[in-house]
Order: sequence, then C-alpha cells, then structure tokens
Amino acid sequence: MLDKNGIAKRIAKEIKNGYYVNLGIGIPTLVANYIPQGMDVVLQSENGLLGMGPFPFENEEDADLINAGKQTITTVAGSAFFDSAMSFGMIRARKVDLTILCAMEVSETGDIANWKIPGKMVKGMGGAMDLVASAKNIIVAMQHVNKAGESKLLPKCELPLTGIKCVKRIVTELAVLDVHPTKGFVLLERAPGISVEQIKNATAGKLVIEGNIPEMKID
Amino acid sequence: MNKVVKNAEEATKDIADNMVLALGGFGLCGIPENCIASLVKKGVKGLTCISNNAGVDDFGIGLMLQNRQVKKMISSYVGENAEFERQMLTGELEVDLIPQGTLATRLLAAGYGMPAIFTPAGVGTEIANGKEVRNFNGKDYLMEHAFDPDFAIVKAWKGDTHGNLIFNQTARNFNPLVAMSGKITIAEVEELVPAGELNPDHIHVPGIYVHRIFKGENYEKRIEQRTVRKK
Repeated sequence: MLDKNGIAKRIAKEIKNGYYVNLGIGIPTLVANYIPQGMDVVLQSENGLLGMGPFPFENEEDADLINAGKQTITTVAGSAFFDSAMSFGMIRARKVDLTILCAMEVSETGDIANWKIPGKMVKGMGGAMDLVASAKNIIVAMQHVNKAGESKLLPKCELPLTGIKCVKRIVTELAVLDVHPTKGFVLLERAPGISVEQIKNATAGKLVIEGNIPEMKID
Repeated sequence: MNKVVKNAEEATKDIADNMVLALGGFGLCGIPENCIASLVKKGVKGLTCISNNAGVDDFGIGLMLQNRQVKKMISSYVGENAEFERQMLTGELEVDLIPQGTLATRLLAAGYGMPAIFTPAGVGTEIANGKEVRNFNGKDYLMEHAFDPDFAIVKAWKGDTHGNLIFNQTARNFNPLVAMSGKITIAEVEELVPAGELNPDHIHVPGIYVHRIFKGENYEKRIEQRTVRKK
C-alpha cells in the first residue's frame, strides 16, 4: 500500500519533458518534490504564476509571492506573473498540459466530486470546476476507500459534482486505474504488496481487469 | 486628470448601506487593507462583496464579517474563516459560491464592456441550475453575466496621480480585473508618484479605469501560510 508520498511519486512518473502542469492542494503539491532532476517542467499556480519554485528560505518569505494554497513560495528562472482572468484563460484554452488534483469521489464515467459535503464542509470550489471542465489531461490523487472502508470509486458520485466525464487516470494507495468512458475503471497497476482481489473489493464501480496486472514501480 | 484623494476615509466617503462592492486580492495577498479598515470604521451595512475569498477571522473582509456589515458574499473559496462559516450556517449571511475562473472572467467582462461570458466550468453540476447552456463545437458552456459593482476597491504596488497602476508579483491576482469592473474604482497604493514617473510600458491597469487613488499606510501584509525550507 502506498502512503501520500508514494502516490505523489507514482504520479510524478506521468509528467513529461516540456509539460506545463497545475498541481492542486494536498497530495498533488507533493508531486513537485519527485519531478526528476533535469526535466523541463513549468508549474502553474492559478493565482497568477507560471514557474513556481520551492518554498523560500527562512526570512526570505514575501507576502506578495504565494501559491494557490496561500503558501509562501519562490519563482524559478523564466517565470511569469499574470492576473486571474489570464490564468483561467490559459486553463480554459487548454494550454496547461496536465492537471493533478484530489477527489473525494470519482465515478466510473469520470465524474468527479471534490468541493462540497452538504451540511458539513462548504468551503467553495476555488478553481477546481474551471480546471476539470477544461483540462486536456486530469490525473486524480485520492484514497481508494474512506475511513469507514467504503469505496470512493463509484458507479455514480453521491456528493455534489465538480465536473462531469473529465477524469482520465486515478492513482490511489492501492492502484493505478484509467477511466474509460464506457468500460469503467480499467486496472493498470497494483501498489506493492496489493492483490487484484483487494482492489476488486475496494472498488464499487465497474472494474475492468485485463490480463496480468503488474505491480507498480515507483523508484 | 488628478485622481488623488487624501486617504481611505475620503476615498470611501460615499460608499453607502446595501451597495455592491468588488474587492481585489487572493487570500490575504494584495487586499486593500486601508479601505477595508475604513469601511469597518464607517460601519456601512448590508453590503454585497464580490471577492475571491472572505479573509480570515481577524483580517481582511473577515473584519467586516465580524462587524455584521456583509449581507452577501460572492466568492470562490471561503475556508479559513470560522465566523464566516457560522454566519453562513445560521443563514445570517447569503453566500454565492462560484468557480474562480468564472469570478475572474465576469469581472473582466465588466471592464471589457461585454454583458456575459460562456464558460464550461460548472456544466453538469449544481451551479448550472437555472442557467442558460449553449453548445459550441460540440461542448456545453454556461452563460454567466458580467458583474456590475457600485464600487471596485483594489490595492496596487505603485500608482501615479493619473491612476495608472502596477502590481507586485502574485499580489496582482484579481486586482486588475476588479479595478476594471467598478462604476467607481478606488485604488490604494504602496507608492504614489507623479504622472510621468512610471514607464507607460509597465502599466498593468491604465488610469482610465481608476477614479480615486491614495497612498496607503501601515501595511501589515499578513501571510496566511508561512512555508519555508532550511538553508
């Protein structure tokens, strides 16, 4: 089974040279730590920055330089600032190659719910609805099951939707799966030490298992 | 073309009860601290605030919420604010949550003289309820109307006496869009210079969109999430 860093490490393998990437809050933020040295990747922060760098050194933090999670950050060589309309303009115009974000639920047709638990959590969708509606490629980082052991990969989302038919790939603590528009969740890889049976039991939506499912390589 | 006013008090003097305000900033980054303080002091009530966030409990728009001055918030993300959550759950505060890009582009549309935009954000979700859906090239889009705030309030890094504005780093965020959206736009700046001193090529918002400008004081520039690494 993978921990949060393991999920981030596995997702980092999906990033290709020359990509512009938007990382959501939570596990997706950790992905930045595992982008291979020397790979040419530009991180977009939707509050208005291309070329997000690591956290600043102590006493070098700047209140005017933050990321979409409101954390103090730095820029890298070749970075650019812009306003929020242009930021979502480049997202809508599909200039961003890959969007990585968290989800509370994903359906077997690629619907995603990650912004609201009625009566409990109503913090707002931020940029998530814009991102999922327009992204060329969306990878979701999530837990396969909730704390009660119930699957979060469902036939149909139960929580209010963030977007429909948009998720392409999911990486959980148990598996890597693709979302096929008609077939459902297609199992691609197992996490180290996890059996196909365990993944089957943890997946409520349609699960497609074709041939031998390899164990994922993350290092 | 001199747009200079003395201070926040003078700039906000005719903001009255039940008006619609748009405010710049993302989180606590680039928020108009002086004008917010002045509105809190004035005590105007029943305000509708268009702002990406609602501040934190004791800073930013959170100060106006504590003071029960806000009737309605139009925002994309309102976490980190316990008083906000309390007022929303008790129904004291009306809240319209909309996608961040939709919020930005509805402000942009106001400044560009366009009545509405079409965006795919929210198609198939509960925020599409009651909205016109149009299909372009095989994809569905929601029609969303331009904002029309009575006052727009922004914070810039530098400005000149003509109201030309330059922002600093990610403190730009919603500020240029908010600045363009107002019937009356107020800009508070860290540095105010005579017209002619800013390079015209470096201006982010031309002064035609700005009606009042003043040099702000005592900026706290609070950091919401201080994250650092070791040397």
